[in-house]
Amino acid sequence: MLRDITLGQYYQTESVIHKLDPRVKLVATICFIVSLFVVKDWVGYLAAAVFLAVMIKLSNVPFKYMIKGMRAIVFILLITVVFNLFLTPGEVLWSVWKLKITKEGLQLAVMMAVRLSFLIIGSSVMTLTTTPNSLTDGMEKLMRPLKIFKVPVHEVAMMMSIALRFIPILLEETDKIMKAQMARGADFESGNLIKKAKALVPLLVPLFISAFRRANDLAMAMEARCYRGGEHRTKMKPLKYAGRDRAAYGVLAVYFAMCIVIRIYL
Amino acid sequence: MGIIKTEKLVFEYIRRDEEGNVEGITRAVDEVDLDVKQGDFVAILGHNGSGKSTLAKHINAILYPTEGTVWVDGMDTQDEQQLWNIRQEAGMVFQNPDNQIIGQVVEEDVGFGPENMGVATEEIWQRVEESLKAVGMYEFRKYSPNKLSGGQKQRVSIAGVIAMHPKCIILDEPTAMLDPNGRKEVVRAVRALNDVEGITIVLITHYMEEIIHADQVFVMDKGRIALKGTPREIFSQVEKLKELRLDVPQVTLLAYELKKKGLALPDGILTVEELTQALMKEYRRQA
Repeated sequence: MLRDITLGQYYQTESVIHKLDPRVKLVATICFIVSLFVVKDWVGYLAAAVFLAVMIKLSNVPFKYMIKGMRAIVFILLITVVFNLFLTPGEVLWSVWKLKITKEGLQLAVMMAVRLSFLIIGSSVMTLTTTPNSLTDGMEKLMRPLKIFKVPVHEVAMMMSIALRFIPILLEETDKIMKAQMARGADFESGNLIKKAKALVPLLVPLFISAFRRANDLAMAMEARCYRGGEHRTKMKPLKYAGRDRAAYGVLAVYFAMCIVIRIYL
Repeated sequence: MGIIKTEKLVFEYIRRDEEGNVEGITRAVDEVDLDVKQGDFVAILGHNGSGKSTLAKHINAILYPTEGTVWVDGMDTQDEQQLWNIRQEAGMVFQNPDNQIIGQVVEEDVGFGPENMGVATEEIWQRVEESLKAVGMYEFRKYSPNKLSGGQKQRVSIAGVIAMHPKCIILDEPTAMLDPNGRKEVVRAVRALNDVEGITIVLITHYMEEIIHADQVFVMDKGRIALKGTPREIFSQVEKLKELRLDVPQVTLLAYELKKKGLALPDGILTVEELTQALMKEYRRQA
């Protein structure tokens, strides 16, 4: 179950999207998310869907992989849909006891579901096609202006890339501890929510201890390899915009302008 | 003076209680004198808690001596101005391969050291390629470290150190968490670096088989150097090694027991071939 989270998991393959500058992909993802909130009708969502579909096609990542990330938010998705479905006032379509489904509610629920799933799939396209390292490189460069306000941009980027690197390792470890505890009679499955939460304590304590130990080791290994923060550091893969990046910015601008036009005139 | 030299090196761990009062002092390293020549393959042996890892961390200036001095290529490790030069010249490989790989992709991890040193981009690529080829991991350069075996991960860690162009590499029990195959892979890679590139190697381990090819062996016990010499000299002292709670390779042990039973065999036999030959000779002599 824990292995299903694809967010932050790079999918190795050759594609145009993989080759794009991470900054372009970051900006594009943000624009795409904003555009989902800009558009309000079906034409707009259709535009977003087409844009997303083209990106997925271009990325060469199997669609199955994108959907995997959705499993993590199924619960949130359900809550949103249910709330919108039953709590929106308007023309009643169907009612049982005190619950009413309205036409507006139905519309809103579907829209919210589409919006949320597009949001997740959209960001999955970015994380699946960009190595976390280049992603944090991109963030570091995009956020460089914040340095004026004494924001430790490099350090934050480094922390993020390390966190991402350790996700699979810690998941594996969780799995191992879980099995070890189950072998000694721990029960993670049965009982109500409170009981289940309590059962997690003997899982989390050793996990945290091991995470701290790993952090300590890693810090030492980094220091041993001359790491001393962002100063004097050169890049193995420096970010440089190429022709395709400019073209991508162009496509993005057209898409975003279209969304705004749809919102205003339709 | 050799590339690594320590003089009367002492390191004390100070245990404190919650108020910060000193509860006790443990001498992890006790008056160690070490002198390693450029290009040597040196092994440091010792059971758990003998102070060998603590000693290793001094060479890379991760720990500083309580008393005494450590020099790396003539630089005092307590000299803050030289800190980064020392860390570049004396690379370090640790025990747990998962906890020392920083990059998400093999090549990015190997490039981490040179990036920190401020090497120009093109040269970083060149160094990464060379280092990965030196440990035989070039085909895996685009892989995620999570998909590699323990031995492969450890070879990537070694490549990451080589990319910094160090004069010596200190390996702190690099094979302790590996299976026998992984262990062989790593030891082979380390020996090749010593033979081909002439990099000084300090290998810390408690596997006896790994030190057979060393030029010099130090055995540590309770923070002190208990024995030193060539592998042959060390292994001829089977009783002493047992006293220090160290295992002797099976061949050496067999030869030792045979000799005790009256066969005329030489001391400190290290390989199966050697024992076979010695036995043949003895057989012919008796016949």
